[in-house]
Amino acid sequence: MERTYRSANVFYIPALILFGVFVVYPFLDGVRIAFTNWNGYSRSYSYVGLRNLARLFSDRNVRLAFGNSLIYGFGSTILQQILGLSAAVLLDKKFPGRTVARTILYLPVLVPAVTMGYMWVQLLRLDGGVNDLVQVLGGHRVLWLSDRALAVGAVVAVNTLQYMGISMVIYLAGMQAIPSVYYEAAQLDGAGPWEQFRGITIPLLYPAFATSITLNLIGGLKLFDLVWALTSGGPGYTTHSLATLIYSSYFESQLAGFASANGIMLFATILAITAMLQAGLRRTEVELS
Amino acid sequence: MNDVAASTSDVDQGVEPAGRGASVWTLWGRGPWRTLTAVLLCAVQLVPLYVTLAVALKPQTDLSSTWALPRHPALGNFARALEEGGILSALLNTAIITAGSTALVVAIGALAAYPLARSRSRFNEAVTLFVLSILMIPGLSLLVPLYVLMVRMHAISTYWGIIPIHVTFQLPLSIFMFTNFIRAIPRELEEAALLEGCGVFGIFLRIVLPLLKPVTVSVVLLTAAQVWNDFQYSVYFLPRPTMRVLTVAIASYFGISGSDLHVAAAGALLAILPMTVLYLLLQKYFVRGMVESAFK
Repeated sequence: MERTYRSANVFYIPALILFGVFVVYPFLDGVRIAFTNWNGYSRSYSYVGLRNLARLFSDRNVRLAFGNSLIYGFGSTILQQILGLSAAVLLDKKFPGRTVARTILYLPVLVPAVTMGYMWVQLLRLDGGVNDLVQVLGGHRVLWLSDRALAVGAVVAVNTLQYMGISMVIYLAGMQAIPSVYYEAAQLDGAGPWEQFRGITIPLLYPAFATSITLNLIGGLKLFDLVWALTSGGPGYTTHSLATLIYSSYFESQLAGFASANGIMLFATILAITAMLQAGLRRTEVELS
Repeated sequence: MNDVAASTSDVDQGVEPAGRGASVWTLWGRGPWRTLTAVLLCAVQLVPLYVTLAVALKPQTDLSSTWALPRHPALGNFARALEEGGILSALLNTAIITAGSTALVVAIGALAAYPLARSRSRFNEAVTLFVLSILMIPGLSLLVPLYVLMVRMHAISTYWGIIPIHVTFQLPLSIFMFTNFIRAIPRELEEAALLEGCGVFGIFLRIVLPLLKPVTVSVVLLTAAQVWNDFQYSVYFLPRPTMRVLTVAIASYFGISGSDLHVAAAGALLAILPMTVLYLLLQKYFVRGMVESAFK
């Protein structure tokens, strides 16, 4: 049987060919382009050594985009865990309308992020719905997407709301897996709801936390569609994420070499942060058990 | 973590062990408070859809608040979105690309997973690790070299260009899910088939493939939703107006300065309609697939 299984190894050749052509080769070519001053279309270019790399560290727009990507990543992740866990606790137990509520809270996940972004643009316009509310509450109309701080906040808020359903579903699944005897025993010992939540639910949800945080963080760090729809990186270059800045450097500024270096940095950033996150999560898991 | 994944099929079937978590639940207070909180959360999530609908039903001349529904709802914007926005051709393009990519992801993914699940040599373990590491690469970090490659292959704005890109970046997750599923299947049936003289491809096709139905449903829905909703690859690799997919068509309509935002809103609603209906019909499977793919 083993020999038969080994002869099945040819079955993964189609997959490996695809990975070779569309991942490995472009990756190596991307590293090569990052050392050139190529503009993206002309036939001639020259190798410029580490100039693109040096520029990554000195360029103000890259610094801004790097900071924004961290805010989009970590900001949304923290808010999504708070909202997702609250919603999961709320919807774990049966009550009238629970199924409908779950359906509605997960629905935005199935809407394309770019479309969701344009829907929110309608709400955040000067004469949009959010400003109508602000005015009713006695405030002045605000240009939400024309101020860096407000626009970055809007991106985090919309991204959080759209994908909190993922965290909610993961936490619901985790809570279903906690045996009820734990709660029954705790109740016999006189533990109140808050003690049960902290002593049983939180520690036993550990795998769910790890999964949800990792998914949300990677999603936020590589955010592209939503930034495109809400701000297109503006005002100026102040709300770009690393991903939208790559687009802008390549197609708008014709700096293919620089954009490619930027792409490698995006990859390295996500790799480094997830590696640190995994190490941190593993350490906490050891402490908990 | 397997017990978590295994129990997730109950998530939406309302299976409730008696008394479980009864008092954690009271963190949200008793009585009407929980329903009120749930209604409030849902209302916030429905706001963008509601406002888009309100805008879509009004003519451009209607300057009332975006919260107000029009007194005489007009469907003209939807008709105009279908004509001007190119929604119909975008719908066709999206459907072809999604169907093609999903079919290939299932076929190539299940095929690749079989030896990786059954023959666990050191080389195959390395291949598995390689596949998983591709999951970590954000597609956009390869934008420049991928674009160069596509231009050189004359693959920009073609179905045969975009489909392999989608398949490549969706494959790792499907291989991962198929591998996990096949590992849990006992080998006896395959051994019996081998004794009867069945070849390895025959064993895969006749014995293993029919057993993969549940995980295939998850892979199909996950892949289809990802490809259907994709914007970042489509906007680069399908720039020609006649090749636009739904997300790109909507984005470019909103993006043109001076275009009628009411028509754009109608187009956005039409564009999300098919996936929304599919989700409402197959909600249980969507949620199960998401959870299965998340717990690694």
